[in-house]
Amino acid sequence: MIDALGNPQSVLLLGGTSEIGLAVVEAFATDRPVRVVLAGRPSERLDAAKSRLEERGCAVETIEFDATAPDTHGDVLRKAWAGGDVDVAVVAFGLLGDNEKAWTDSATAVQLAQVNYTAAVSVGVELGERMKEQGYGSIVALSSVAGERARRSNFVYGSTKAGLDAFYTGLTEALRPHGVVVTIVRPGFVHTKMTEGHKPAPLSTTPEAVAQIVVDAVRNRKELVWAPAPLRLVMSVLRHIPRPVFRRLPI
Amino acid sequence: MPETTSLRGWGRTAPTVATVRRPRTVEDVAAAVAAAGPRGLIARGLGRSYGDPAQNAGGLVLDMTDLAAVHSIDPDTGIADVDAGVSLDTLMRAALPHGLWVPVLPGTRQVTIGGAIGADVHGKNHHTKGSFGNHVRSMRLVTADGAVRELTPDGPESELFWATVGGMGLTGVVVRATVQLHRTESAYFVVDTDRTADLDELMALLTDGSDDTYGYSAAWFDTTTTGAALGRAVLTRGSLATVDQLPAKLRGEPLKFDAPQLLTVPDVFPNGLANRYTLRAFSELWYRKAPKHQRGSVQNISTFYQVLDLFGDWNRVYGSRGFLQYQFVVPFGEEPTFRRVVEKIAHSPHASGLNVLKRFGEGNAAPLSFPVPGWTITVDFPVVRGLDRFCNELDELVLGAGGRLYLAKESRADAETFRRGYPRFDEWRKVRDAVDPNRVFASDMSRRLELA
Repeated sequence: MIDALGNPQSVLLLGGTSEIGLAVVEAFATDRPVRVVLAGRPSERLDAAKSRLEERGCAVETIEFDATAPDTHGDVLRKAWAGGDVDVAVVAFGLLGDNEKAWTDSATAVQLAQVNYTAAVSVGVELGERMKEQGYGSIVALSSVAGERARRSNFVYGSTKAGLDAFYTGLTEALRPHGVVVTIVRPGFVHTKMTEGHKPAPLSTTPEAVAQIVVDAVRNRKELVWAPAPLRLVMSVLRHIPRPVFRRLPI
Repeated sequence: MPETTSLRGWGRTAPTVATVRRPRTVEDVAAAVAAAGPRGLIARGLGRSYGDPAQNAGGLVLDMTDLAAVHSIDPDTGIADVDAGVSLDTLMRAALPHGLWVPVLPGTRQVTIGGAIGADVHGKNHHTKGSFGNHVRSMRLVTADGAVRELTPDGPESELFWATVGGMGLTGVVVRATVQLHRTESAYFVVDTDRTADLDELMALLTDGSDDTYGYSAAWFDTTTTGAALGRAVLTRGSLATVDQLPAKLRGEPLKFDAPQLLTVPDVFPNGLANRYTLRAFSELWYRKAPKHQRGSVQNISTFYQVLDLFGDWNRVYGSRGFLQYQFVVPFGEEPTFRRVVEKIAHSPHASGLNVLKRFGEGNAAPLSFPVPGWTITVDFPVVRGLDRFCNELDELVLGAGGRLYLAKESRADAETFRRGYPRFDEWRKVRDAVDPNRVFASDMSRRLELA
């Protein structure tokens, strides 16, 4: 259960090797160990993540999860729930991809869309069903500021996150009456393996900093947060800049 | 049509959604138990538990407040036969004309008989009268198999009786009980007040033997002062007044019970209004307004005891984030720990306004009953960042001294913390295993604290 101060006892991470996702799980386990389910493709990194959390005293279970196989997602979540209620589910899997390749090669573009959008929708539906049944819970969806306004430099990724963002925004309202809180997180540039080699944007941040924002948001039942927080203002300005100006901005 | 409703406790934290049914008869209760789904059911009374024992996420919650008949009050034996949904307020008003008094009253009368049994509530008279379960002569319990069992404290199913007392509704649904009331000549108290300069003076007063000469005793203490004024307190002690003790104008109607609800607090308070500064100011005022040394003041129950019952929905003052009650007891002999906890609170950024300190008397036979001989403190903290860690630290002190937390107030501990405080948990679980092997009775609290 989630206690009076918003601390969960169990966390499911979809995208079990996601750096931001793991930082979120660790932040939840700071004061008290939590039961963790890591859903991801079997790999050394997944095992390493498991042992790192176990060192913190968490009981960790890993289950196989392939984002590109939506017909298996129902089964994955059944397994995730086998050990009891899931208090917080973090939807953290995703691909950044090479934009130049993605917008010129349909297979690459479709893969980004499938992982970042289709799979996120598929697990969102399944999570919603399970959390409705348990009458409470928190779903955290990792969106991106890239979805708020498409940029020439990463619009394929941005479009998938825009889709995810819109879906979870609607899901927030649909699940509200059932006691389930959906939190959409819109990080800016986060220094991770996924963004390695990419030029950091202004207001860049770290997985740990994003994690702290996520934990505070879940505790306070917030539905939409930016990481770092000032990006909210930045993006609200950027969204309204006319195209001729926007395309000239060095972003 | 059953409705789905978001429920939370009096602390206004951790809401979850459940299907709520309002049974009107014992048969309705039995039918609901038989039809319970995989997430089970739990009974709910007036929702005065601070945390999550009377909610059941995704399951069924039985709102018991329609099962509320006062069947009889026998003026000769003083036994009241009431439905579980009857509030202590209703019982008190029904009993007073017969010169009878509800033996145990917690800080509010807005609790049901079922809740008073489930949490085994205590009041200011614990050191003389024990907790609520001590005064229950029999109860009817609808168990998981749908049977209605008649339980008594020393009958054939006494184990189930005592597992139900303090059992947080997890052994079944209490539908009816008989309670032994006490005689009283009046509905007033004769009260002595002492203001103490610090915690030591307070504890000295409570242990010099004088406490036993009062039926009722509890202190408010200041958690915002440190140093020489650490734990300065206002100790109010009293006993039910005899007619002779009343002033002439009250003698005409000594059993008149006059405790109106002055107002309902509107839901307009922002988070953070109750903070360390406002609570410090409140504490200063509360301390200063109390007489330094007063004897024989005649007060009604609202003034002496249940001040908050004058205000409906007073919990709204804490804003939407709600607040957290923390009540613990540490056994006698652990006074240094007790003092350390008070110090820790005083030196922390977490302030609390409505603080109660009391000396408990003997406990009872119920394995999960909270009171044990020792010192108890209740504080309520506004919910702010870092409160969870602070409470974990308090837990360490309390549990290290052999103390425990009160489940009616509890809202954030884990299973291990709970079990360390209740060494007789296994005894209780054995009874639950026998009477509810499939865990038909479940609550958010039972999941959180693994009371399975």
